[in-house]
Amino acid sequence: MKKLTLAAAALAALGIAGAAIGASHADPAVGAAIKARKATMQLYAFNLGQLGAMAKGDMEYNAAAAQAAADNLVAISGTNQMALWPEGSDNASVEGTRALPAIWEDMEGITKSAAALQTASADMAAVAGTDLASLQGAMGPLGGACGACHKAYRAAD
Amino acid sequence: MYMFLRIVFIAVVLAVLGGGAFWMITRPAPMAAGTYEGLTGDPVQGETVFWAGGCAACHAAPGAEGEARLVLVGGMPFKTQFGTFHAPNISSDPKAGIGDWSVADLGNAMQAGVSPQGAHYYPVFPYTSYVHATPQDIADLHAFMATLPADPTPSVPHDVGFPFSVRASLGGWKLLFFTDDWAVTGDLDAQQLRGRYLVEALGHCAECHTPRNALGGAERSRWLAGGPNPSGQGSIPNITPGGLSWSEGDIAEYLKSGFTPEFDVAGGEMADVVKNTAHLSDEDRAAIASYLKIVPAIQ
Repeated sequence: MKKLTLAAAALAALGIAGAAIGASHADPAVGAAIKARKATMQLYAFNLGQLGAMAKGDMEYNAAAAQAAADNLVAISGTNQMALWPEGSDNASVEGTRALPAIWEDMEGITKSAAALQTASADMAAVAGTDLASLQGAMGPLGGACGACHKAYRAAD
Repeated sequence: MYMFLRIVFIAVVLAVLGGGAFWMITRPAPMAAGTYEGLTGDPVQGETVFWAGGCAACHAAPGAEGEARLVLVGGMPFKTQFGTFHAPNISSDPKAGIGDWSVADLGNAMQAGVSPQGAHYYPVFPYTSYVHATPQDIADLHAFMATLPADPTPSVPHDVGFPFSVRASLGGWKLLFFTDDWAVTGDLDAQQLRGRYLVEALGHCAECHTPRNALGGAERSRWLAGGPNPSGQGSIPNITPGGLSWSEGDIAEYLKSGFTPEFDVAGGEMADVVKNTAHLSDEDRAAIASYLKIVPAIQ
């Protein structure tokens, strides 16, 4: 009898946990999209990290590696992300995201921000392989492009 | 009856004297006469003061980008527990802005919190930090601001309830919380001194990063230790060595490009701050980083 009660309790606990997970990503497609866009951000961060480490002097400047990282930024910022941002995947609708509803209310602004990131990435790719000073000069505008979007469309911590 | 009248008379005299004394102590007092006399402003130096002072972060129109950030039309709202303040027009327009101000007018505003008409400013304007600035930097800033565009849009009035709407009460506030003592003292090298000047004076970092008490005064014992955001949303980070483990290089890079060591980017109000610090020299950003390493560590 005691075993049975324990088993029931365990099952109930599992059920509660399951319900909680379910509520955070009620729609599995939404959950998958949030996961994918976080992965995309990670890809940006990794490649920016290569460039940034050189800019800061934490890593020795290497023209080929800098060029590769910058080219990756151009490629990532050029992907079509429409499917990554389905309706109902904002932070007011689901848990586990800081994406503000403003993203879906301001298509024009988002499009402009995305274009600004592509431009800043292309500008970096044009100079990253030249020398360290050129790379350092292109870091600021790149940060500005990332920051403009995060300020407008990402909730504070 | 005679006795009663005498008591009333004495009470009235005491009240007038007391009120008068309070007025004398808390009346808007400008900087010492002659502080800005004979100074010639250099607009090129003034541009550095302008970016280090972060003027555009509050006084540019909300959402302005690029060159538009040099139009200091104001309008940005600041929600606090005392009400909502609005950054005024400080463009070079002589009517709507401050185009007709002298260097002394600008100095008294920035360093004493007193308007040319002799009224107290609310400390949402960081004169508690700018008080540490050199008079020459004020003159240089004055020269630079005169080169910026004029905009005739009138300032948005503050939306502040009683009793905070009575500006005379700010005299008492200043008496309690307005000091020109540096927060970090001791043996500082040249770079740390420059960093202290940029952080404590022009950059006014402590205005947000040091928590405030119930009356809005800085809790200087928790210098730069962060706390809840007065807007009610989120919190402001601790940037003492007790809260920030970034290297000096990390801090300098963050102030230049906005990238954190994890290559996330500045958000919120800091995104606007980085737009200012991005204009500083690498040496100045390194100086800020060196100062942040010697601030007392608070957990």
